[in-house]
Amino acid sequence: MWFDTPGLIVGGLLAGIVFGFLLQKGQVAKYRVILGQFLFTDYTVLKIMLTAIVVGAIGVWGMLQLGMIQHLHVKPAVLAANAVGGLIFGAGMSLLGYCPGTGVAAMGEGSRHARWGFAGMILGAAAFAAVFPALEKGFMKLGEVAVTTGDKVNNKVTLTDITGVSPWVYIAALAAISLVVFALIGRWERQQAR
Amino acid sequence: MNSQIEPANPLRRKRWNPYVVGVLIGVLSWLTFLTMDKALGTSSSMVHVAGLIETVTGNADKVTGPAANSYFAKEINEKTPMFDWQVFLVIGVFIGAMVSSRLSGDRTTECVPGLWTWRFGPSKTLRYAAAFFGGAVMLFGARMAGGCTSGHGISGGLQLAVSSWTFFMAMFASGVAMAFGLFGKGGRHHVV
Repeated sequence: MWFDTPGLIVGGLLAGIVFGFLLQKGQVAKYRVILGQFLFTDYTVLKIMLTAIVVGAIGVWGMLQLGMIQHLHVKPAVLAANAVGGLIFGAGMSLLGYCPGTGVAAMGEGSRHARWGFAGMILGAAAFAAVFPALEKGFMKLGEVAVTTGDKVNNKVTLTDITGVSPWVYIAALAAISLVVFALIGRWERQQAR
Repeated sequence: MNSQIEPANPLRRKRWNPYVVGVLIGVLSWLTFLTMDKALGTSSSMVHVAGLIETVTGNADKVTGPAANSYFAKEINEKTPMFDWQVFLVIGVFIGAMVSSRLSGDRTTECVPGLWTWRFGPSKTLRYAAAFFGGAVMLFGARMAGGCTSGHGISGGLQLAVSSWTFFMAMFASGVAMAFGLFGKGGRHHVV
């Protein structure tokens, strides 16, 4: 009830150290970089995220098909909660200037206002726990997308689950879109530098 | 071109190429899947911290047991204990960012960012209140959606999750709208 296994504790800590190190070197633990993305003056966030998604997808789907990993960790598709939660999240993130992970990294870098943001995050988590019982039967099920296999209903679905199209088609499309976006960003940056 | 001399040791550099950082985060996600059967994420740990605070302030029955709040019961249990993998990941993020910034000297004591000062003035109280409120709103949204920028954005995005791409588009649109609402087009010239 209190602790994960020692292996997961050490593994989690190590993965976190690498993740925090990378976020800091990538400059995304900075308010000006996050707000610069939302105001379209700095594309660091998009560059890192799209690259991580494409590279991560190739490895994770590849390992899944080779049987090196057994399953994915997909979150439930309840589109109302996913979308409304996303809208609320984005507004809060813009006000704070960090997301949860980069906010913690910003504290590691020394940012003072990130500490207040972190305290707010704990309150926000508690506030959601307080309202969850009233939402769980209704709103939290709204717009559920699920696939039924036998008598098992699964709402932890991927684009491949709901369309039957190979993940590699999506990954190739995502890679192509990312390359176009990166090229456009590069062109814009060269214009700005002039 | 950067006219400053870059240290030869990459660990001492302040900035790595964002594409390199993206590739390395992608590879990190392979390793967490492969070695620990886990996907990177951060926001459910905040629920654990909130549950821990409830527990140590005498409200343990709200977190565990028959009268527990259904959300705490869903998030903190045998499968994901109070101090679970992700809580240690978040502690690691703090340490990793601290080590990185100390190695490069990229430290800050930022209280009120330049952009914020330009629009709302230098008051620390106002900025701290906004950061606190923003953090609370953000985490409320993350828990409603089921994840944040790492759990939904990166991990969910790479798994091609329907939930995550829905979240990603909604949060980006909302973040942009809020940023322009707060700072306007003029803010674009004051992002410091």
